[in-house]
Amino acid sequence: MTETTTEPTITRTIDARGSFCPGPLMELIRAIREGQVGDVIAVRSSDRGSKVDIPKWVEKAGHRLIGAFEREGYDELVVEKRR
Amino acid sequence: MQRILILGGGVGGTLTANLLAKKLRGPIESRDVSVTVVDQTGQHTYQPGFMYIAMGHERAERLQRPERSLLDRRVELVVGAASRIDEAARTVTLEDGRRLPYDHLVLATGSRIVPEEIPFFDQEAHHFYTAEAALRLRRALDAFTGGKVVIGIAGMPYKCPPAPLEVAFLIEAELRERGLRGRSEVHFCSPIGRAFTIETVSEMATPILEQKGIELHTFVNIETIDPERRVVQSLEGEEFAYDLLVLVPPHRGARVVIDSGLAPPSGWLPTDQHTLQVGGRPNVYAIGDATDLPISKAGSTAHFEAPVVAERIAASVRGREPDAKAGNYQGKVVCFFEIGDGKGTLLRFDYLNPPHPPKPNRIWHLGKIVFNKTYWFTVPKGRV
Repeated sequence: MTETTTEPTITRTIDARGSFCPGPLMELIRAIREGQVGDVIAVRSSDRGSKVDIPKWVEKAGHRLIGAFEREGYDELVVEKRR
Repeated sequence: MQRILILGGGVGGTLTANLLAKKLRGPIESRDVSVTVVDQTGQHTYQPGFMYIAMGHERAERLQRPERSLLDRRVELVVGAASRIDEAARTVTLEDGRRLPYDHLVLATGSRIVPEEIPFFDQEAHHFYTAEAALRLRRALDAFTGGKVVIGIAGMPYKCPPAPLEVAFLIEAELRERGLRGRSEVHFCSPIGRAFTIETVSEMATPILEQKGIELHTFVNIETIDPERRVVQSLEGEEFAYDLLVLVPPHRGARVVIDSGLAPPSGWLPTDQHTLQVGGRPNVYAIGDATDLPISKAGSTAHFEAPVVAERIAASVRGREPDAKAGNYQGKVVCFFEIGDGKGTLLRFDYLNPPHPPKPNRIWHLGKIVFNKTYWFTVPKGRV
């Protein structure tokens, strides 16, 4: 689990629970495409692969992973659109 | 009279109609039930064959037959394009103004490609999602004398997930056979962090890509094409130069389901994973590419979904509960996977069990060829 110093204001939450990999990642990509620089997007995923795939993609695509939080029965990954 | 209306004469729509004709034979013959398929063209197309047109082993005319010839004689066929579904009135309006009432509706409306969403796509990129495009790719391959081949995916989800990998394998093998491999590079761009969505298939395919010298690039979501510099650019900020560009075009669901408010702008219908009902409606079903289910958009998916929908509608017509097993889709999909050099493998999986593809061999390649040739006599008629 990654903690942040400031509480981010989430612009958009995507509930991708019940969707299999790469569903949650593709949903995030869609939200990033549609969003504005500075938007903070939270993705909820029950697919365990998302915890690995999403941070890797975020790094490669030049955005910022604000945090990866373990919730009850799912993970929430919070991403800031940087470009 | 109970009217069952099926929109779409592809694998899913045709098979559902034929299964219903068998299950409800008595009530159809006594005119208590009608089964109608609405299809835009009246022609049934075997789309998996398009890839083989591109590879020079198939002809477009062999991939089409009149829909009427595949339907049980108890099923009515209406040729026309559905333009609006009115849920309150339980009618479907066609573009020519005809109105068809329904009690049970099956949306087997498939997917459509939207290459126009990417500027310069038609001018620069090749694909194999129509017979014409596949033939154009064949001609481009014939004219190719070496250079950079880039194979990528410009939007997910898309039809037949293994197809771009198969095309990479087949093109690489062809270049080798034609003595052009030394002068060529083959690049495969995957939108996700590995070669294929399903991990076990990725584990099988990745060493084969390596062995064939096909360069794998991950997290490449192709977004733009620069025709002057002949490069594709990804959302992730990378560029790939190409001499021959093969791209899976973006896909969307049918317009009629978007225009009628049943699906979001993507066009994928919100579908129950097990009952295949749309948005909790008891009398509206979706099958095949039309759904938003997180499984392959492939004829095989529709093939295994159709019996579930037929069972549920037949049960409703007869006033009984659907069979707990036959009326519950478990995510079954079975498909062949070409590796090139006359070899293939088989992917068989469901919601809970990922595929464990056998080591590629000639048998599965031949299996795919035989399946393609015998399709007309088997799948749409419910014989397999």
